[in-house]
Amino acid sequence: MDNLLWIFISALLVNNFVLAYFLGLCPFLGVSNSLETSARLGLATTFVMLVTAVCAWVLNTYVLIHAPYLRLICFIVVIASTVQFIEMLIKKLSPALFRAMGIFLPLITTNCAILGLAIFATNRGYGFVEGIVYALGAGIGFTLALVLLAGLREESELSDIPKLIQGTAMNLIIAGILSMAFMGFAGLFSTS
Amino acid sequence: MKKNESYEEFVKGVWRDNPVFVQVLGMCPMLAVTNSAINAVAMGGATLFVLVGSSFLVSLFRHVIPKQVRISCFIIIIATFVTIADYTLLALVPKVHKELGAFIPLIVANCLILGRQEAFASRYPTRLAVFDALGMAAGFLLALISLGAIREILGDGKLFGFSLFSQNFEPWIVMILPPGGFLTLGVILLFFNWFKYKKDEFLADVAEAERSGS
Repeated sequence: MDNLLWIFISALLVNNFVLAYFLGLCPFLGVSNSLETSARLGLATTFVMLVTAVCAWVLNTYVLIHAPYLRLICFIVVIASTVQFIEMLIKKLSPALFRAMGIFLPLITTNCAILGLAIFATNRGYGFVEGIVYALGAGIGFTLALVLLAGLREESELSDIPKLIQGTAMNLIIAGILSMAFMGFAGLFSTS
Repeated sequence: MKKNESYEEFVKGVWRDNPVFVQVLGMCPMLAVTNSAINAVAMGGATLFVLVGSSFLVSLFRHVIPKQVRISCFIIIIATFVTIADYTLLALVPKVHKELGAFIPLIVANCLILGRQEAFASRYPTRLAVFDALGMAAGFLLALISLGAIREILGDGKLFGFSLFSQNFEPWIVMILPPGGFLTLGVILLFFNWFKYKKDEFLADVAEAERSGS
């Protein structure tokens, strides 16, 4: 149980996917201009991460032990088709949810955080339950970072900023300061 | 004429449309591996190999690949080249491979590579596609090395592993940690903004002078 909690907190805060591993930066910088859309994107990503973790575990246990060199191709094809499948399923079952997630679902296929999750979970040899907990932590951590940046950006729209700094340069510097703040969590578990 | 065209495609990627500084693509591997110059070179080399190889293949098969499933085809071609690069690095330089870790397989998800296939390689003849890929990859490598060198010098006092300063140098550790990546790239982009701003100002001045002169 302790181990599971540690995996969750580690993926959520200490080794946050965006701010410590630099995964999923494209949506992080591209979509974080409003609080609402970033919350939705975070939700969609967390959902896909959960499904990916299950798929990766199944692939690793039953298929890839026979052919480890096919790992990368298998993962990417499975992720792409899973996202497509989920998209169709949600569209059929719950049109409201589909509208809420909108264009973000297909975009998630090219989000490196998803592939990164599958690869990291494999490299660390996580089992089924551990994989799901890891995906949950990583997904919520991604959402947290996205929402934090979106909040800061919404605030900054109202303030008087030199024209030179506006845009990606400022977002990167804000992200750097956020990342520094998240480094403070590194001491969270070292004593126990 | 023909030679000029290829040259044009090459230079475009290195400077005017630099994938990192101008288009802000391929950020994830960019920031994650640039804590030392040598890692940056390995990452840039692997990306160059994958980008040129997949651009060549995609462009060669551009009339065969059906439009509806093109993205999946591109991704499978890219993933094949990444797997080759992954195993080659493992065999040649195991130490660097270990440090780059999961970021070699993650080249697959580098939006720069898929972006070039979709925007260029699938529409143009093979020779142009290869030169475009070479230019883009060279621009990416340039960006990686400059970022890696800045971070290594400031954060470690070294360049490619050689010490640059005397014993008294106090390393600025945060630069080789994750926040340093964001901050360095932010400052470089700021510099590019400033450069562009000055250029626009200069061009406006020239136009103004011409108008008042005539």
